[in-house]
Amino acid sequence: MQAINRRKFLGSSIVAGGLLGASAAMPAWARGGNMHGATIRQGFDEVSGRNIDLTIARGPRIVQGRSGMGVAVNGSVPGPLVRLKEGEPVNLNVTNALDEDSSIHWHGLLVPFQFDGVPGVSFPGIRPGQTFTYEMPAIRQAGTYWWHSHSGLQEQAGHYGPIIVDPAGPDPVQADYDYVMLLSEFTPMHPHTIMSKLKKGEGYFNYQQRTLTDDYPLTGQERRMWAEMRMMPTDILDVTGSTYTYLANGHGPEEGLEYLFSRGKRVRIRVINGSAMSFYNVRIPGLKFWVVAADGLNVRPVEVEEFQIGTAETYDIVVEPIGEAHTIVAESMDRSGMAVATLASRPGARAAVPALRDPPLLTMADMGMAGMAHGAHGAGTGGNMDGMDHGAMGHGAPSSGGMDMSNSGEGSGEEAMAGMAGMSMGGMDMRDTSRLPPDVEVGPGIDMVSMNPQDRMGHPGIGLDKVPHKVLNYRDLVALEPNDDLRTPSRQMEIHLTGNMERYMWSFDGEKFSAVSDEPIRFAYNERVRVKLVNNTMMAHPIHLHGHFFELVNGAPSDRQPQKHTVIVQPGGFAQFDLTADEPGDWAFHCHLLYHMHAGMFQIVTVPQEAGQPDLQRVGESG
Amino acid sequence: MKYMIALMLAGTATPAFAQDHGHDHSMPMQPADPPDTEEAAEEEGSEEDASPTSSAMPMDHSQMDHGAMDHQSRQSQGEGSPEVPQPMGQSPVDHSQMDHSQMGHGSMDQSGVVDDQAGGEMDRSAMGHEAMAMDIPSGPPPASAGSGPARAGDAIWGVEAMRESREQLRDEQGGQKYFWFQGDRVEYRAREGSDGYLFDLQGYYGGDLDKFWFKSEGEGSFGEEIESAEVQALYSRAIAPFFDFQAGIRQDFAPMDRTYAVVGIQGLAPYLFEVDAAAFLSDKGDLTARIEAELDQRITQRLVIQPRVEASFSAQDVPELGIGAGVDTVEAGLRLRYHFSREFAPYIGIDQEWRIGQSADYARAEGEDPSVTNYVVGIRFWF
Repeated sequence: MQAINRRKFLGSSIVAGGLLGASAAMPAWARGGNMHGATIRQGFDEVSGRNIDLTIARGPRIVQGRSGMGVAVNGSVPGPLVRLKEGEPVNLNVTNALDEDSSIHWHGLLVPFQFDGVPGVSFPGIRPGQTFTYEMPAIRQAGTYWWHSHSGLQEQAGHYGPIIVDPAGPDPVQADYDYVMLLSEFTPMHPHTIMSKLKKGEGYFNYQQRTLTDDYPLTGQERRMWAEMRMMPTDILDVTGSTYTYLANGHGPEEGLEYLFSRGKRVRIRVINGSAMSFYNVRIPGLKFWVVAADGLNVRPVEVEEFQIGTAETYDIVVEPIGEAHTIVAESMDRSGMAVATLASRPGARAAVPALRDPPLLTMADMGMAGMAHGAHGAGTGGNMDGMDHGAMGHGAPSSGGMDMSNSGEGSGEEAMAGMAGMSMGGMDMRDTSRLPPDVEVGPGIDMVSMNPQDRMGHPGIGLDKVPHKVLNYRDLVALEPNDDLRTPSRQMEIHLTGNMERYMWSFDGEKFSAVSDEPIRFAYNERVRVKLVNNTMMAHPIHLHGHFFELVNGAPSDRQPQKHTVIVQPGGFAQFDLTADEPGDWAFHCHLLYHMHAGMFQIVTVPQEAGQPDLQRVGESG
Repeated sequence: MKYMIALMLAGTATPAFAQDHGHDHSMPMQPADPPDTEEAAEEEGSEEDASPTSSAMPMDHSQMDHGAMDHQSRQSQGEGSPEVPQPMGQSPVDHSQMDHSQMGHGSMDQSGVVDDQAGGEMDRSAMGHEAMAMDIPSGPPPASAGSGPARAGDAIWGVEAMRESREQLRDEQGGQKYFWFQGDRVEYRAREGSDGYLFDLQGYYGGDLDKFWFKSEGEGSFGEEIESAEVQALYSRAIAPFFDFQAGIRQDFAPMDRTYAVVGIQGLAPYLFEVDAAAFLSDKGDLTARIEAELDQRITQRLVIQPRVEASFSAQDVPELGIGAGVDTVEAGLRLRYHFSREFAPYIGIDQEWRIGQSADYARAEGEDPSVTNYVVGIRFWF
C-alpha cells in the first residue's frame, strides 16, 4: 500500500476548486468582517488546529451567470472544510458579521448540547458582531460530517460547509485520494421568498405537473384518481431546478469541478448532501463503486452503481476509475436538474454528461396503500435482487404476514387485503383518521393518512425502484464495527409525520412546533427506545436527531444495525430506529427539508442528566 | 482478481458479505483493529464453510426473526388486532388502545422487562423464537424522563439569555403569517352594446388556520356608472384540510349602499375544483347566496384552460336590486391563460351570463338583455 498524504490530495481538490472559482480575492475574509462588495468565492479552504476561526457574512454570489445574495463563512460557499482529529478537543470561534442572529450547528458531531448550535434549544444564538466560542471536548468519533446555520433560512443562502474528523488510529477505509463532494443548491431568490411562494402557490416550483399533453404513463382512470384526491403524482420535491442550480462544492454543473486521479488508484469521495431541499441520485455512469460509510460511520462495503442521498445525509464512497475521465452525476430526485463533477486523469479531461432521466411518479405505495402497489413493488425489487435479504423479503408484501410465526401478522395481512378489495380507485378514503393513534392531533394540517404503511427500509428511493442496476437501500447497510448497546428496547414510541401539501403545513403528530414548543419528546437517561416514524404524507422526509446516533432497524443483526443521524422515511411507509438516549440535554429533532422544518416539522427531544450513570459513549470508541 | 472478488461478493449479498479483508488490501476497507475471535468466526463462517461457532450463527437468526416479527406485530398493533403477543410479566392489554400519555405500563414494570433482557447476546440467543416474538411495549417514558430542567439551555445560559431565541424559534417553526393578494379576474369585456370591465380580487393575511380575508368584486360598462361593487371583510378559519370557513360583512357600494352579514366556505373540492360559496343576509332582511366553482386544467406547464361557473340565488324578490326569488343569475365562462410566471398570467376567454326567472323579467323591464355574452381579455396575478 502506497502511503499517501491524504491532506495533500484533498488540498489538490481545493486548489482546483479555488482556481475554477469566480474569484481568488480573499484577504478581506481572512481578517474577518464584512465583504464590502467582494463576490463570494465558490469552493472552500480548509481550517484545522486547536483553535479555528470562522466568520459569517453576507455578500453577492454569482453561479453560472446568475447572481444573488448569499451568506458565506470565511468568504466562500461552501464555507471552509473543518478538519478535526478524533480524540482531540477544539475551540471554534465563530464571529457573526451579519445584521441578524446566526449560529453554526455541527451536524452529526457528538458534542455537549450547549455547543450543538440551535438557537432557542441549545444556546441563545450568536448576535450580530458577537464572537461565540464552541468549546468542544475531545472529539468522540471520526468520519464525514458537515456544519450549517440553524438560524432562519441562512442555510439556503450558503451558510454550510464540510467537516472531516480523522480517526485516531488507522483509517479502515483505504484510499489513495480523498475528496469531498458537498451537494447543495443556488437560487437567486431570497429564502423567505421561496417559503412564501411555497405557502401561497401550491406546486409553485413544479414544472413537471400533469397536463393534458404530458406523456406520463398514467391511465385516464389514474389521472382522475389523483385529481379526486387533490394531489399530484409529480409532487416529488417542493423546490426544483426551476429555480435551483445544483451545486457540487459550490460549483454549477457547467463550472467544471474536477477530482484528479491516477489510474489504478482508489478514490474516496465523501458525498455530503448539504442542500436545503434536495434529494440527489448519485452515480458515475460506467462505474461501480463501494459505499463504505453512511452518516460518517463505517459500514461494510456495498458495491452499487447508484444511491439516493437525502438532505443532510452523508455517504463515503470508494471508486477505482479506469478511464480517462468519468462524470459524477448528482441528479435531483425529481430530475429537474443535476450537479456534476468529473473524475479526471488529467486536468481538463471530460466524459459525457448523461441527459436527465424522465421524472418519476409517485405510486400507490407512496400513498401508503401498499396492497395495491404489491405488483409494482415486486417488479421494483426484481431489479435489486442481489440486495435482498430476509428482512427485505417480508417487506412490502402484506401476504407475507402469513409466513410469520407471529399470530399478529394475520391482522395486518387481513387489513391490507381488505384495503385492497375496497379500493376501487375512486372510492377510497385517503384520510381515515381512525387509523391514527389518539395522540395525533387531527385537523386541517393533515391531508392524508397512510392506509397501510409498510416498512420501506428496502426502498432505494423515489424513482429508483425500477432502474436496471444495483441501487443502495437501507437494508444494505451493515455497521462495520459492532454496536455496544445490545439491549432490546424497553419501550417503543410512534411518531407520525404529517402534512398538508395544499396549505404547505408540516408537522409531527399533527402539531406544528409552534403549537407544542413547551411539550418536548422526553426520554429517560440511557433509555433504550425503539422509535417508529410513520409517514402519512406523500413526500420523503429526512428526519434528523441532533446529538445522537440511532440504529436503523433494517434487518441487520442487532449488533450491526447501522448507526445514522438522519433517516429518510419513504412516503406512505414507516422506518424504525433504536435509540439509546445517553446524551443529556435538549436536542432538535426535525425534518431536514429546510422549509418543512420552517413550516413546523420540528420538535425538541430532551434527555435528563443522570448523576452516577456512566456515559456509554457509543460512537467513536474504536480503540 | 480484485474485481473478481468484488463481483463475487456482490453477487452473494449475504449480510456478512464483503468481509474478505483481513490480509490483503483488495477491498477498500480493512478493520481498524484485528477482529476478535467471535467476530472473525461469524464472518468467515458465513462466507466460507458451514462450521460456525454455535454462538455466532444462532445469534444471527434470532436477530433476523426478531426484526421481522417485530414489525409485523407492531403494525397490527397500530391497526387494532387484539392478538398482539404480550410482553412477559404483563397482563394482556389491548395495544391498539394505548397512547403515550394514557398508558398503564408503570415504569417499574418496564424496567423489569429491561432487566430481563439486558443480559445481552447470550440470553437472547438462548431465548429462542417464542421469546423473540415478544412485543416491545409502547408507553410513556419512565418517570425519570421528566427529571431534568424544563429547559436544559436555561440552566447553562440563563432564562433571560434564552428567552428571545426561544420565542423566535417557536414563531419561525410554524408560527409565521403571510400576506397574499390575488387578482383572479381583472378583465376587459367586449359585448354587444357597450363594452365593460370586471374585477374580482381577494387576499388574506394570517397564519395557517386563522386569517383575515378580503374579497372585492365589481363590474360595469365604460361610460356609465359602475354597475355593481362590493367589498367583503371576513374572518377565515381552516376547518378541514382543503376548506376554510369564512364569516364577516359585505359592503356594497353599487348599485346602492347595502350591508350584509356573510357566512361561507372556500376551498378545493375533489377533482381540484376551487369552490367559494357564501350566504348573505342584508340589513333589510333579504337572504341571498352565491356559489362559484372553477377548475384549472393545464394543457402544458404554462398554458391553462379554466372553466368557471357561478350562480346566485335569492330567498325572495328584491326588486330594487333587480333580483328575483329562486335562481337569480347563472354565469359560465371559459378562459385560456398563459403563465409567464406562476404569478402573472394574461388570458382570453368567453363568458356567458343569464338572468333567470323573475330576475330576467326585471332585466327586460329595465330594457336590458337577460342573456349577455362577453368576450374577455384579462390578467390573473398574485403576490
